[in-house]
Amino acid sequence: MKLLEYEAKDIFVEYGIPTSTGYVIEDVDNLKAILYKIGLPVILKAQVLVGGRGKAGGIKMAKTEDEAVQKARDILGMEIKGLPVKKLLVCTPSEIQKELYVGFVVDRNKKKMALLASTEGGIDIEQVAEKSPEKIIKEYIDPIIGIQDYQCRSVAKKLGFDGNNMLSLASIIYKLGKIMEDKDAELIEINPLAITPKGFEALDAKLVIDDNSLYRHKEFELDLKESQEFTEIEKVAKEAGLAYVELDGDVGIIGCGAGLVMASLDVINHYGGKPANFLDIGGGANADNMKKALEIITMKSGLKAIFINIFGGITKCDEIANGILEFKPTVPVYVRMMGTNEEKAREILNSAGYELYQSMQEAAKAAVKR
Amino acid sequence: MSILVDEKTKVVVQGATGHQGQFHTTRMKGYGTNIVGGVTPGKGGQMMGDIPIFDSVEEADADASIIFVPARFVKSSALEAISLGLSPVVCITEHVPVKDAMFLMDYARQYDVDIVGPNTPGLISPGKALAGILPPHIFERGEVGLVSRSGTLTYEIIDELTKNGLGQSTALGIGGDPVIGMDFLSTLERFEADKETKAIVMIGEIGGNAEELAAEYIRDNITKPVVSYIAGKTAPPGKRMGHAGAVISGKSGTAESKIAALNAVGVQVATMPHEVPKLIKDVL
Repeated sequence: MKLLEYEAKDIFVEYGIPTSTGYVIEDVDNLKAILYKIGLPVILKAQVLVGGRGKAGGIKMAKTEDEAVQKARDILGMEIKGLPVKKLLVCTPSEIQKELYVGFVVDRNKKKMALLASTEGGIDIEQVAEKSPEKIIKEYIDPIIGIQDYQCRSVAKKLGFDGNNMLSLASIIYKLGKIMEDKDAELIEINPLAITPKGFEALDAKLVIDDNSLYRHKEFELDLKESQEFTEIEKVAKEAGLAYVELDGDVGIIGCGAGLVMASLDVINHYGGKPANFLDIGGGANADNMKKALEIITMKSGLKAIFINIFGGITKCDEIANGILEFKPTVPVYVRMMGTNEEKAREILNSAGYELYQSMQEAAKAAVKR
Repeated sequence: MSILVDEKTKVVVQGATGHQGQFHTTRMKGYGTNIVGGVTPGKGGQMMGDIPIFDSVEEADADASIIFVPARFVKSSALEAISLGLSPVVCITEHVPVKDAMFLMDYARQYDVDIVGPNTPGLISPGKALAGILPPHIFERGEVGLVSRSGTLTYEIIDELTKNGLGQSTALGIGGDPVIGMDFLSTLERFEADKETKAIVMIGEIGGNAEELAAEYIRDNITKPVVSYIAGKTAPPGKRMGHAGAVISGKSGTAESKIAALNAVGVQVATMPHEVPKLIKDVL
C-alpha cells in the first residue's frame, strides 16, 4: 500500500524527523486561508502516487496570491500519468543548499533491510545507482537485532558529515529506519533530504507498506474508493479477493496461479494478441468464483475474446465449466482445462457448444486467430 | 538420490488439522511420505485417521516440517521448528509479512536450517516423498531437477516433461515472495551435487534479479545443463502480477533482462512452456 507524500510526512513528524509540512487542499477556495497563515511564496505539490510529478507539471512555485490561485486551479484540474489530481499540498519553500538521499529497501537477495544513502539527492536514485554506484552508501540491518545508532552514524560520516551535523543526520536516518521497522514498510525514502540554513529537512516522502502486514496496522486501513493505486475494475476485483491487473489489449484472460497466468499472457502475446488483463482465480476456485472472475474481466470494454487456462490440481474443472455456463458469456470463450474432473468439464462445455482445448498454446492461438 | 527429502525423512505437519492441512497431510502420507504426526496446540493426543496429533513440534520427533498455519502464526511456528534444528522447514502459507520472513531467514541461517518458501507449493522427490501441495500424479521419477518461483506453471511444465518421458529427481517451488529461504543459487548447488539429477529446469518470472544472479552462478559453478523459462514478458512495470515478488520496479526485474543474462551464459530459455522438454532433450 503506497502512501501519499503528505500522509508519509505526517508519520515523519510523529517520529520527529524535520519535515517541510504544509496544508492539504482539495478545493481552490480553501487556498486563501492557507496563504494567510503561511504567507508567500508557496510550493504547490500534486498528491498523486506516481513518480515524475515535477516533470509533469504537478509541482509549482507561486510568488503572488493570484499566481497561487491560478496554479493551484491548474494542478487540481490535471491528470498525471492517468491519475486525476484530487489533493494539493501547499507548503513554504525551503532555502536549499544541498540535497541528499536517504532510504531503506528490502534487499531480496541478502534477505535483509538495506539502508541506502547518497550525496546525490533530488534525482532518481536508480539513475545514480546506474551511473555512479560508488556514490551510494549501503548498510545492511540485522533482521533480529534491528537498526542501531552506530550504523546511522557511520553512514552519516561516510556522506561527509562530522560533529553535530553528523549526529543530527544520524538521528534522522535512525528514525527513518524505525518507521520502516515499526510500520512494516517495504520501502521508505526521503528524496531529497535538504540541507538548509536551519538544518536538515525532508522535502519529499515516499512510504510503501507491506500489504501482507496490514492486519497488524489498523492505522493504514485501505480506503479503496479513495485509492489511486488501482483502476476502477481493479478495485472491484480487490474487493472480491481476486488478483487482477488491467492491461490495454482485447483478449480477456483468467487462469489459476500467478505464474501460469503470466505465461498465458505471454503466449497470447506470442501469437500476436494483446492481453486485456491479468486475473488469477487462485487454487480451489468454484463455479461462483469463476462467474465473478468473468464478470470482472468483462467490465472492461472492447473485449474480443476470452482465454481461460486452468491446470486443475485442487481446482475442479467441472466447477469452472459450470461457472462459465452460469455467466453466459457474450464474447467468444476459449477454454483450456486439464486435471481434476476434466472429462466431466468436457461434457458440460461440449453440450453447451464450447470446445475444450487440451494445450494452452492451441487455445491461445484460437483466441487470437478467432 | 534426490534433494532435501526422501522416503526416510520424518516429516511433521504444523497446522495439520485445518481444512487445507488435513487434505494435504492425508495426501502426503498416501503418497508415501514418512509423516510422523501433526501439530495443533491444544489437540495433542488426538488422532487424525492414523496420524497422531501433538501439542508441540518437540513431541513429534521429526527431521523436517511443513507449515500450513495462517500467515500471522507463521513466524512463531517456524521458529519452533528451526530452534529444534528441523530441516527443511517448508512454509506453504501465503501472505507472510516480509519483516517476519527476513527474521526467519536470519534465524534459520544461525541454526543451519533450510527454509523452503514462504508461499511455496513445496517439493516432491517423485516415488519417494511429497512435502507440499503439488499434484503427485503428474510426476514421474527421473533425472531432471526442477526449481521454480511459481506453482501452477511448474505443474504445466512438469506435465509436459512427464508426457515426453522426462522424469524428475526432485521438483521444488521456492515461492513467489520477495524474501524466501531456499533460492535459485542454493537449489542449483544441491542439484549439482545430486547424482540422480542429470539436467536442471529453472522457471523464473519478473521481479528482483534472482535469475540474473543464478546466471552468474551457473557460469561459475554448474556443470550440468540448465534450461529455463521466464514468465511475465508482457507484464507492465509497477504492477504486482499476483505474486508479491512479481513486480517490475523501474528498469529492474524485467523478463528481457533475465533472458539476456541466461542466454549470455549458454542457458537456453524456452519461448513457451511446452518447448521445455525439447530443449532438455537437446542437452541431455
